[in-house]
Formats: sequence, C-alpha cells, structure tokens
Amino acid sequence: MIAFILRRLVQSVIVMLTVALVAFALFRFVGDPIASMVGQETTLAERAEIRQALGLNDPFPVQFWSFLTRAVQGDFGISYRLQQPVMELILSRLPATLELALVSGIMAFAFGVGFGVYTALRRGNWLSGSIMTISLIGVSLPTFLIGVLLIWVFAVELQWLPSFGRGETVYIGDWWRTGLLTSSGRFSLILPAITLGLYQMTLIMRLVRAEMLEVLRTDYIKFARARGLSNRAVHFGHALKNTLVPVITITGLQMGSIIAFSIITETVFQWPGVGALFINSVRFVDVPVMAAYLMLIALVFVVINLVVDLLYYAVDPRLRVDRASARS
Amino acid sequence: MPTPLLSVRDLVVEFPTRRGTLRALDHVSFDIAEGEVLGMVGESGAGKSLTGAAIIGLLEAPGRIAGGEVWLKGERIDNLSPEKMRRVRGRRIGMVFQDPLTSLNPLYTVAEQLIETIRTHLDLSEKDARKRAVGLLDRVGIPAAARRIDDYPHHFSGGMRQRVVIALALAAEPELVIADEPTTALDVSVQAQIIDVLKEACIERGASVMLITHDMGVIAETADRVAVLYAGRMAEIGPVRDVIQAAEHPYTSGLMGAIPTLTQTADRLTQIPGSMPRLNAIPQGCAFNPRCKHVFDRCRRDRPELIARGGGRHVACWLFDGAMEKADV
Repeated sequence: MIAFILRRLVQSVIVMLTVALVAFALFRFVGDPIASMVGQETTLAERAEIRQALGLNDPFPVQFWSFLTRAVQGDFGISYRLQQPVMELILSRLPATLELALVSGIMAFAFGVGFGVYTALRRGNWLSGSIMTISLIGVSLPTFLIGVLLIWVFAVELQWLPSFGRGETVYIGDWWRTGLLTSSGRFSLILPAITLGLYQMTLIMRLVRAEMLEVLRTDYIKFARARGLSNRAVHFGHALKNTLVPVITITGLQMGSIIAFSIITETVFQWPGVGALFINSVRFVDVPVMAAYLMLIALVFVVINLVVDLLYYAVDPRLRVDRASARS
Repeated sequence: MPTPLLSVRDLVVEFPTRRGTLRALDHVSFDIAEGEVLGMVGESGAGKSLTGAAIIGLLEAPGRIAGGEVWLKGERIDNLSPEKMRRVRGRRIGMVFQDPLTSLNPLYTVAEQLIETIRTHLDLSEKDARKRAVGLLDRVGIPAAARRIDDYPHHFSGGMRQRVVIALALAAEPELVIADEPTTALDVSVQAQIIDVLKEACIERGASVMLITHDMGVIAETADRVAVLYAGRMAEIGPVRDVIQAAEHPYTSGLMGAIPTLTQTADRLTQIPGSMPRLNAIPQGCAFNPRCKHVFDRCRRDRPELIARGGGRHVACWLFDGAMEKADV
C-alpha cells in the first residue's frame, strides 16, 4: 500500500514536471513578453536592459530551473496585464471556480447516480424513457448553448434567476470569498452549476445505468435474491456498490474536466473565476497567468487521479494486499 | 400418505417470444418428501434449472408460470405476492447455484453476507448472528471458521467458496434446499466432498434436497429418488436404485447406457441417436419418439402421461400402458 502510494507520487511528480516544461515553453513561443510589457516609446536599449534584468537572456535550462524553483514556492511571476503577482490573482479567483465546480460536481454525481439507478431498475416505464431521452439532449448540446438557453428561459423570460456574476459574496477567513452564504450568491450559482454539470450528469447517469444493468444480471445478484434479501438490500447494498467501482473513475476524471471546462461556463455567465481569468490572459498574451493556470489544472488532475486510485482500495477489497493467503 | 414437503402439480413454464410461445416446462409433476433427496437429471435444456427457478419464484422475464401449482407443506406458493415469496426464499427454500466463483458478492466479506442473510430471516442480534454464522461455516467444513469469516470471497478457493454458498443457503434453516448443479464448476477432486457436505448438513437439519445435475454418479450416490426430464416433460421418476438398475423409459435406459463402467469392455459407449428437439419443434405425441428405438404408431399420435408402475415408480411411456403387455426393454 505504502509502496503503491509512493509509486503514484513519483508518477505524479513526473507528470507535473512535463506540464511545467510545456507551460514554461509557452513563455518562449507565444510571443515577446517585453513587447506587451513596455510602451511604444521605449528605446531598444531600454528593452535590452529589461530583458537582461528579467533573466530572459539566460540559457534555456537555467531559465527553466529558476521557473521551477519559483513555481514550487508558489511564485509564478507577475501578470503582464494586471501587474499583480500571478499567485495572488489566481488565489483570489480560485474560490469562485472551486465553489462552482464543487456544486455542479455534486449535482452531477447525485442526480447522475440517482437517475442512472432509477432508469436501470424501472426499465421501460414512461418516466425512465423520458429521462433517457432528455439525457440525449444533455449529451449532445454544447455547454455554451445550454448556458445561453438557460439564461434566456430563467433569467430573461421568467426572470427567476440572475443571468451573470456571483451575486453578493462574503469573506471566510482572509482570502476565501464565498457566494454560498448569501441568498443572492446561491441563486447566482444555480444556472452556471447546471450548465457546467449537465453534460457530466448525463454521462454519469448513462454509465451508472449500463453498469447497473450489467451487475443485475450477475450470479451474485441472483444468489442474493435466492437468499430472500429485500429488493432494497439487493439493489442498493449489493448491486449499487458493485456499480460504483467504474463510476468512481469516470466521476473523478469528470471532476477534473469540470474545473478545466469551467472556462466556457464562466465566460457565458461572467463568473469571476480562474477560467475567465485565463480567457482574458489568452487575449493579452499574459503568459505567466496562462502558465500558472496550466500548472494548476495539471495539479488538479494529478491529485484527483491519486484520490480515485485510493478510493478503489476503499471500495474493492480484491485490490488490497491479502491479509490471509488464499488456501483451499 | 403424509403431505409431501414439496408438491409440484402440472407445472407449465412458458416463454413468450416474437415467434410464438415456447413451452419450456410442460405439465411437470413430482413430490419431495420430508428429509428426502430428489435428484433431477436430463440433458442441457431439458428444464432442470428452470424447474428450480420456478419453484423458488426466480424465473427470469419473460419466462412465466403459465399453469400448475407448487405446494410447500400444504401451502400454495406459486401465486404468493412478491414480498411473501421473498420471505419464503432463503427462509423456507434455500438455493445453491452452479458457480461458486460468481455466486458471492466480491465486495463484502463472508461474515457480512452471512449475517445479512441470517438477520433478514431470523430475529437475532448482530452478535448472535455472527456466532451462528461461524457455526455454519464450521459445519460446512471451513477450517478456522472464526478467523476466516472476515475474509473476502476472493481469499477462498472454489471448493471453499461453494461451502460458503452452502452455508448461506442453510443460514435460516430452510426446509428445502435446491442445489442447481452444485459441483459442475468444481474440480473433480472436491466434487465428492461438496456433495457430502451438502447432503450431511441437510440431513442433520431435516431439510429435503432437490439436486439438479447431469451427473448420474452423483445421483446414484446421493439421491433417494430420481426424476428424469426430457424436453420439459417428466419421462420417469422413481427410487434411484430401480431407475438406475432397471430403467424403464427408453430415454433413461439410453442415458444409463452412456455411462462408462469399469466392468464393461465395450469399445464405444452406447449413445442415443439424434438430439433433444428444440422447444419450438417438439414432435406430436411423445417428445422422444424420433429417437426412440421402440417407437410405434401411438407414440407419434398421443402424448403419454406418467403411468404408475408400483414401488413409487412412474414412467411416461406407452410401452407400459395397461393395454400393452409389459415389454422387455
């Protein structure tokens, strides 16, 4: 077990290093950072001076090493556009994205598993038929279109929910600005959370349904019925737990995508999160921000993968190191 | 005659399909007395497992009981509500399936599965249920049961897992255990042990056994009576010794002839020509008539019912109809 975790940690570090290399390479190939930092009247000599001061004339490995050592300490430099430390910028925007991702992730998982189980158990009744049909829409419509449609129906026509922003926010601690504690914050969260989570929900739902149908056909379910267990025990105790093993993987990876794909939703809903920050940075070739964002998303995926692997161990005893040797 | 423990009367199981209804069990009748072991043999597809599934109420859709009655100790059970039938399963009728490797849920320990079953049917505390579970495992021959009970199914070998399955089937002291080919998936070397464990554990508790198998050897050693199914119909039923030593139905004698023996010095085993008809192409009259070497006109015209032959034997063959002289088969 320990060896497994160590091995996974080493793998994670390698992945992060690779991403760091790509992120760092961005600095060199996206354009000349000096050009976007200085005004038009800056002389060539002054530009060369800045270039020297920023260490941009150093050889590639030296620059990469200093990027790495500073990245490890959480220092990604200063945003070209906003002239603020990148880490500060990202940290101030991260709570918005995390809250959005978390809420839509939980929604996607809860409704996905719920609908998946329901449609698997009540195959052929009209309600599960309609759920399956509607889920097709969720899978096939692009996120931004769903967002725009929701805004049109619920914000413009019905005027039930706000169409953009986070609503009122309050601070928890020094820097975590949350919208979850105010009613306008919670209302503002509904539409973007649905937009972001709908695709993941339908995906989880279809996966749960397929797995559940598969598991319900197995011998141990037949045997559980033959032992006279109640339907509830058979469906939720025995079938659902076996269904969840593959579902955990997908859901975990989807959680990463939710954070990564929040870019689109945040743009549609003017949500002040890191995704919106990234889009604006791309427009202004704000390379330090882009690089930091890339590293952040990579970190999220690496951590989630690790958690998913550990969850396997919790759910499936066959993966654990044998306590007793199998004897006959 | 006392009320039999299980009485199956004219059981009909049908599968509606797009191309008409298939009749998988056709008026099957038999009894199982208390404490008796009834063997049920037949080729694959003859309806052995289906009979077991129909009795315990676990026919898979679209299969359904289309006629007949199943009585358990004088109580009719084929028309119980699903909830009442659930309480019969495990509590009054236990079941052992063919493949022990897939019968146990891999994500729960043996203890969890046993205690769950015990507490579903009996009003016991967690602690008492656990004590009982250890006793059951001990009884089915699992060494160091108190320690191994917290292992997961994958920690056990196939033979050991089948013992666990038997313990699970017996967990709530059922009156009848239906064992559906309990040894087919096992290594030959442990088959005999498992059959012994099953039989002894049942006899001890006074439970009857319906042993479904296609292994005549197992039937000969274990069963008191044997029922032979052919194409969803009962061909012959009677005490094991009689049926094995002097089979009356031509199909049964064909089956017996196909078993190799040590004393026999034939180059080839006898075999029954042809194969069992598909359910949608069962011939008129006796289902066995195209393969039977004693076939005559009546067999192709009328379907034979079970004819009492004395000594508890019944055979569905026109050769033994009262109108005929007893033929030498």
